[in-house]
Amino acid sequence: MIDQSKRGGNGGAKRRTNAAAIVKRRSQSVSESTAGRLIAVEGVDGSGKSTQLHLLEQWLRHQNLKVFKTEWNSSETVKQITSRGKKKGLLTPTTFSLLHATDFADRYERNILPLLEAGYFVLADRYIFTAYARDIVRGCHPGWVRKIYSYAAKPDLTLYFRVPVDVAVSRILAGRPKLKYYEAGMDMNLSNDPYESYRIFQGRIVEQYESMVESEGLVAIDANRGIEAQQVEVRARVAKLFGEEKTAQLTAGAWGEHGHR
Amino acid sequence: MRDPYSALSQGLHAPPRSEGGLRKLKFYGHGMPYLKDLEVKGHLIVVEGPDASGRSTHTQTIQAKLEADGHAVLGTGLKRSELISEGIIEAKGNLGVGKRTLSLFYAADFADQLENKIIPALEAGYVVLADRYIYTLMARNNVRGIERRWSRSLFGFTPVPDLIFYLDVKPEELVHRVFQKNSILDYYESGMDIGLSDDMYKSFLIYQGKMAKEFEKMKRLFGLQFIDGNRPIPQVDADLQTRIDAFLNRQR
Repeated sequence: MIDQSKRGGNGGAKRRTNAAAIVKRRSQSVSESTAGRLIAVEGVDGSGKSTQLHLLEQWLRHQNLKVFKTEWNSSETVKQITSRGKKKGLLTPTTFSLLHATDFADRYERNILPLLEAGYFVLADRYIFTAYARDIVRGCHPGWVRKIYSYAAKPDLTLYFRVPVDVAVSRILAGRPKLKYYEAGMDMNLSNDPYESYRIFQGRIVEQYESMVESEGLVAIDANRGIEAQQVEVRARVAKLFGEEKTAQLTAGAWGEHGHR
Repeated sequence: MRDPYSALSQGLHAPPRSEGGLRKLKFYGHGMPYLKDLEVKGHLIVVEGPDASGRSTHTQTIQAKLEADGHAVLGTGLKRSELISEGIIEAKGNLGVGKRTLSLFYAADFADQLENKIIPALEAGYVVLADRYIYTLMARNNVRGIERRWSRSLFGFTPVPDLIFYLDVKPEELVHRVFQKNSILDYYESGMDIGLSDDMYKSFLIYQGKMAKEFEKMKRLFGLQFIDGNRPIPQVDADLQTRIDAFLNRQR
């Protein structure tokens, strides 16, 4: 945890200047400025991205790397307030967007940025692209949404788990779960049936992701394969973030016959 | 890069008019495309100014007078949304919360009031009297080193008010009014979160001076009417009433 007691006081001005410079540099080119690396996974619910991220985390930890994982909509400060609004069904596209932006900012200011500066591998289960996709589908202006997140570092690698929308939806709906109001996209009046609404909503999210693959440099992973096959590709992609020597060492040890070094 | 909002914020403070009193609601920028063709009958009047500038006293007097004149009035202010105001207080009590987080929190709170209270009231023909608006929020951001463009874009979802008053009170005068009212200085209103001085009194003066400068910068851009708030309350009241009456008479 970051020591918040150091804020303010006489060191404040200098710290701010440094932070501002780092933010500026990072938003241009992440990997050149710091030792840390930012890896994000994106994809619709049921695309298997969290499973893949978990396996990646275990692998990186096993290499004795410093790893921090952060999940979408998980800031303790913001969470309760957001979920209260969600329960009441009071959110509009704009307030929905802004509350998630607040959640992200809290995690970014407290964890993501300082940990990157400290040289951590920061693994993000959903990142700004989730906000782009969801908020735009809900009717917010694309330029407005993007500007809100413009201060955030672009990931060194964003893995987009591409899966046919029917496959993802049936994975989620297999157990006939009770879908939450906003999760099902019921606020958009797509259908009175939550399951049908969810299907349409997810389909639109996929369209947004697909439109971002090229423009945002997402690396698409075919998520319609086995978990292990996908993880081999994920690790190979991540290994490229290291120098060549380290890459060779990692790829040799990571999925060798005896597991590890 | 061109700032897409600068053109929008210039010249828009003149109230748009159309026959039958219905007019299209103008926004500063992007943000609520789903409300883009909304028509309103009411008027939005904003009173800005620091704490202890007399803002709340004046808005109450104005509301009473407008109601006496037969106008339906809705009073609003910052941190009054039922959805999240409690969250803001929690966040303030937690000094670890960053400046951008707090800024977005306020924006969410404001958006909630806007969509659930202010815009419906404008549609219904109310005079909406806002005790502070986005200018305070933007000034706070700027003083804390958040890029102007970012704040301007963020608040692009807000309607352009018909009238915006700024109660201009010298920090040296303000500090005495704060002491008379509360006998202590507020942590954030003194800018203690940004390390201006270890001395709270000095910090208050520096911070309020910086805030006043931000309002000075926004004056022309957003068409703020500066009201000399160093004068006695009845004089300031009369000044505000005259301007508001003149505006409303022009709308008939």
